[in-house]
Amino acid sequence: MGESIFWLPAASEQGEQVDHLFFLLLAVSAIVTIVVFVLLVTFAVRYRHGSKAKRGKLPNLMRRELEIGWTAATAFLFLFIFWWVSSAQLEGYSPPPDALEIHVTAKQWMFKTQQPSGVREINELHLPVDTPVRLVMASEDVIHSFWVPAFRFKRDILPGRVTQGWFTPDKTGTFHLFCAEFCGTNHSEMTGRIIVMSQADYAEWTAGQPQGDDLGKEGAKLFVAKGCSGCHAPSSKVHAPNLAGLFGRKIPLADGSIVTADERYIRDSILQPRREIAAGYPPIMPSFQGVVSEEDLTRLLAYIRSIGKETP
Amino acid sequence: MSNDAALKEPFESLDRQRLSAALGMWIFLASEVLFFGGMFLGMTIYRQIHPDAIMEAARETNVLFGSINTALLLISSVTMVLADKAAEKGLKSAVLAFLAATAALGLCFLVLKGFEYREDIHEHLVPGPDFKLHTPAAQLFFGFYWIMTGVHAVHLTIAIVAVSTYFVRIWRGGFPFEGSAALPVLGLYWHLVDIIWIFLYPLLYLGGRT
Amino acid sequence: MTDAAAIRSAEAKEPPSYLKAGRTVASWLTTTDHKRIALLYFGSITFFFFIGGAAATLIRLELISPEGRFFTNDGYNRLFTLHGVIMVWFFLVPSIPTTFGNFLLPLMVGAKDVAFPRLNLMSWYLNMAGGLLVLACLILGGVDTGWTFYTPFSSMFSNGYVVLAAAAVFVAGFSTIATGVNFIVTVHVLRAPGMTWFRLPLFVWTQYATAAVIVLATPVLAISLLLLMAERLFGLPIFDPAHGGDPVLFQHLFWFYSHPAVYIMVLPAFGVISEIVTCFSRRRIFGYTAMIWAILGIAVIGFFVWGHHMFVAGMSPFAALVFSFLSFVVAVPSAIKVFNWTFTLYRGQIYFEAPMIYALGFIGLFTTGGLSGLFTASLPIDVHVTDSYFVVAHFHYIMVGGSVSAFFGALHFWWPKITGRLAPDRWARFSAILMYFGFNFTFFPQFVMGYLGMNRRYHHYAPEFQIYHVTSSAGAAILAAAYLLPMGYLTWSLFYGRKAGDNPWGATGLEWQTTSPPPRENFVEQPRVDEGPYLYHPDQVAPFEEAPERRQQHDPQGKSDPTRAGMEE
Repeated sequence: MGESIFWLPAASEQGEQVDHLFFLLLAVSAIVTIVVFVLLVTFAVRYRHGSKAKRGKLPNLMRRELEIGWTAATAFLFLFIFWWVSSAQLEGYSPPPDALEIHVTAKQWMFKTQQPSGVREINELHLPVDTPVRLVMASEDVIHSFWVPAFRFKRDILPGRVTQGWFTPDKTGTFHLFCAEFCGTNHSEMTGRIIVMSQADYAEWTAGQPQGDDLGKEGAKLFVAKGCSGCHAPSSKVHAPNLAGLFGRKIPLADGSIVTADERYIRDSILQPRREIAAGYPPIMPSFQGVVSEEDLTRLLAYIRSIGKETP
Repeated sequence: MSNDAALKEPFESLDRQRLSAALGMWIFLASEVLFFGGMFLGMTIYRQIHPDAIMEAARETNVLFGSINTALLLISSVTMVLADKAAEKGLKSAVLAFLAATAALGLCFLVLKGFEYREDIHEHLVPGPDFKLHTPAAQLFFGFYWIMTGVHAVHLTIAIVAVSTYFVRIWRGGFPFEGSAALPVLGLYWHLVDIIWIFLYPLLYLGGRT
Repeated sequence: MTDAAAIRSAEAKEPPSYLKAGRTVASWLTTTDHKRIALLYFGSITFFFFIGGAAATLIRLELISPEGRFFTNDGYNRLFTLHGVIMVWFFLVPSIPTTFGNFLLPLMVGAKDVAFPRLNLMSWYLNMAGGLLVLACLILGGVDTGWTFYTPFSSMFSNGYVVLAAAAVFVAGFSTIATGVNFIVTVHVLRAPGMTWFRLPLFVWTQYATAAVIVLATPVLAISLLLLMAERLFGLPIFDPAHGGDPVLFQHLFWFYSHPAVYIMVLPAFGVISEIVTCFSRRRIFGYTAMIWAILGIAVIGFFVWGHHMFVAGMSPFAALVFSFLSFVVAVPSAIKVFNWTFTLYRGQIYFEAPMIYALGFIGLFTTGGLSGLFTASLPIDVHVTDSYFVVAHFHYIMVGGSVSAFFGALHFWWPKITGRLAPDRWARFSAILMYFGFNFTFFPQFVMGYLGMNRRYHHYAPEFQIYHVTSSAGAAILAAAYLLPMGYLTWSLFYGRKAGDNPWGATGLEWQTTSPPPRENFVEQPRVDEGPYLYHPDQVAPFEEAPERRQQHDPQGKSDPTRAGMEE
C-alpha cells in the first residue's frame, strides 16, 4: 500500500472524478490566493508610509462599480463550481442494478463483511476489479463510518437504519479501510484492508473459501425460525402479503402513497410494521424491534431479495 | 421622586431604562423559544416517524390534570396583567393582591403536576424495562413528556420565585414599582411560561385523543 | 495626563483610571464596570487557552510516531476531547466578545457601561461555574466523546464524564447568552447622541451580529445537551435507535448551533481586522456599507448551512444539494470582506506595526481557510475529506489562523488603551511574524495528509503519514513559542513599557478620545458624534501626507515624546 507518500492515486472510477473536481477547485483556489497575495504585497510595498507612490483623488471607478463587480464575479464563480460538482454527484447517485452486493455490519471495533456467496470476512474485503460494488451497511452499536481513501468513498454506518453506497474499483491492489466516525476507545484501531483482485483471481479466491451458507439460504432458515412464515407463507390463513416477487416492486400503501420495496422499506416493515402499511392488508404484524439482530436482519433481507428475483 | 430611585447606571433617563429592560427580555424570550423549539421539533419528527406508537402513548396521559392546569395558568396570566396595570396606576394593595394570586395559581399548578407525576410513576409510565406499553417507540413519547413538562416546571418555579421576591419587596415598601420596568418584564416572562404550556397541552394531552 | 515620577510601580496609573477605582480583590469580584469584567474574562480565557494549548501540545507530541508512544487509546480520546471542548467553548466562543467586546463596545458607542452591568458580572460567574465543571471533569478523568458529543456513543456507550462535560458547556452557554442580550440592547439603546447606525465602527457591527447569532443559536445547543444528559442520567430514550429514536436528530440539533458558532468565533475577528487595517493604512474602510451587509448576510445565511456537516450521515440527495448550495452562498460575503480589506490598503499610508502584521497575516490565513471551505462545501469532495485532517486543517485555518490571530492583533492594538502601556515593538512584530509562519508550518501539512487519507481522531496511523505529522509537530513547537512570547513581553510592558498616551496609533473611534486607561465612567463628558467612522482623510481623496489638521499623527515606534499625545480637536 502507498508506494508514494506524496500522492494517493484514486483506485475507483468515482475517485478519479472526485480528483478531477478536486484539481479544478485547487486551480481556482490557487488563482484566487495568488491574486489576493499579489494585491496585498503590491499595495503593502507601494503604499508603505512615506513612499512616493501616487495618492490624491481616488478614481471614481473605485467605488460602487468595483464592489458590485467583484460581488457578482464571486457569486457567479461559486455558483458555477456548485453546479459543476453537484451535477457530477447526481449522475452517480444511483448504483447500477447489477452491482455486487456486499453486506457490512459494523460494531465496536470491527467491520464484518459478507459476500453474496456467503463468504464472511472481518476487517477485510476482497473485491473483483471493474465491477460496481454496492454496500448495504448497518451498525450494531454506535455510529461508524466506512472510508476507503483510495476510492474517495465514505459513508456513515448508523445503528437502527440501513445506509448504502456504491463504487467501482478500477485498480487491483490493497487499500486502507478506516472507520472515519469516532466510535470509542479503539477507534484508531478500527481499520482494515480492501483487496481488489482481477476477476479471475476473485473467482478463484471465492472458490477457495470454506463455503458458508449463502446469505439468502441463512435468511430462509430464519424466516421459518422467527415465525415469519407463519403469516407470510403462501399457504398461511392469515391475510398477510406474499413476499415472493415483492423486492424492487412499487407497492401502494394504505395512505395512498407508493413506495419501492427496497432494503429500507423491508427493514422498516420488520421493525416498525405499522408505519407504512401496504394497501389492502390489516395492520396486524407485531414489531420485531429488539427480536432480530442486525446480522439476522441482513440475512432476512437477503432472503426476501432472493425470492424477489425468482418471480419477476 | 420614586422615579429617580428606579434610575440606575448607565442610563440617563427612565424611559430608556424601561425600554432596555423590555427589549432585553424580548430578546431573551426569543432565545427561550428556540430552546423549547428544539424539543417541539424532536417530538414532531418522532410523531411523523412513529405515528401509531406516539398516539398510543399519548392516550396514557391524564387529560383531567392537564386541563385543570391549563385553566390555572390561563387565569394566572390574567392576574399577572392586572398586577401590571395596577402598578401603572400606583395601587399598591391591588398590586400585592394580584401578585399573590399569580404566585398562588402557579404554585397550585406545580402541586397538581406533582400529583400527576405520582400517578404516572404508579402506572409505570417512566421509560425503562417495566414500561407500561410494549411498543418500543411509545417510550419516546414519554421521554419527551417527562423532559418537556420537567423543563416547563423549572421555568415556572423560577417565575414563581421572581413574583414572590417582587411581592416581598413591594410589600416592605421602598420599591419604586410605578417607575420600574420590573413588573412588565416579569409579566413578559410569565406569559412565555404560560404560552409554552398552551403548546404543550394539545401536544401531550389532546393529540392522542382526536 | 500627569506625573511620570511613579512609573516604577505597576499600580501607578492616572488617578481617574478604572484600574484605580478600587484595589481590593472584592472590588474586582463584585465590579459591574464593563472594563473590569473584560479583564476578569481576560484572565479566565487566558487560563483556558493555556490548558487547551497544553492538550494540543500533548496531541502533537503523541502524533510524532505512528504507534503513539505516550498515551493509551482512552487517554488520547480524552485528550482531543478536552482540547476541543475547552478551546471551542471556553476560549474561542467567549474570546473576543467577552474581552474586547466588553471593554470596547460601550466605549465605541459612547456609553458609560453596557445596558445591564450586573447581568454582565453574572455572565462571568456563569462562565466560571462552567469552567469549574469542566475542570472537575478533567480532574476526575475526562470525557471521551469528542467535542461533538455524538449519540448514541455519548448517551449509552461512553465511559467518560459526559454529563459533567455537557453540563459545563450548558452553563457556559447561558453565560454567552447573557453577554449577547447585553450587547444587543447596548447597541440599540445606549449609542451616544449623533452615533447613528451607519456611523458605528465595524467592530460594533460585528459584535451586534455575533450577539444575535449567540442569542438564537445557543439555546438549541442547550436543549440538545439537556436531552443528551436526560438520556444518559435517567435513561429517557430520546435518540436511542433501539426505541426507534434517531441519532441523526442529535446531529441536526447540535450543528444547528455549532455551525453558526463558527460565525460567533470569526465575526468578531472581522471587526478587529477592519479596525486595524483602516488605522494602519490611514484609509477609510473600502465599502463600509457593503461590509455591513456582508456581516449581516453571514450571520443570517450561517443559520441555514448546518447540514453540510452531515453529507455522509445519511441525508436525502435533495437536502444535501440545498445545504451545499447555501454553503457556497455564505462564502460570497466572506470573499467580499477579503477584497474590501485588500483595497483598503490601496493608496494608503501603511505602517507595519505589530497589530497590522497580525491583520495582514489574518487576511492571508483566512483566505486559505475560506477557500478550503469551498472543497468541503462540494458534495463529492466533502464525502472524501470529511472527518479527515483536511477538515481539521480547514477549521484550524479559520479558528486559529483567523480568530486567534485577530485576538492577538486586537491584544496588541488595544493594549495601550487597556493598560496605558505600549508593548515592546520589536518583540511584538517578531512574534506576529513567527505566528504566521509557525501556523502555516503546523497546519498546511494537515491539508495534504487529510486528502491522502489521514483520519481525524486517530493516534495510531499508517506509517506513510508520519512525515506530515512530524512536520506539523515541528511547526506546532514554533507556534507555541509565538503564543508564549507575548505572555512574557506584555507582562514586562505592564511594569516597564513606555506610557501610551490617549491615542498612540492616531486612530479614529471614540475609544481613543478618552484617557488610557479610561476612567470608570469612560468619558469625562458625554461624547457627541457628528461624522462617520474611519475619517482618516477627506472623502474621495487619499492624502499624500496624513492629515494632521484633523487627526493626531501616528507616532511611529516612539520616535517622538509619548507624553505629548492628545487630541488636537
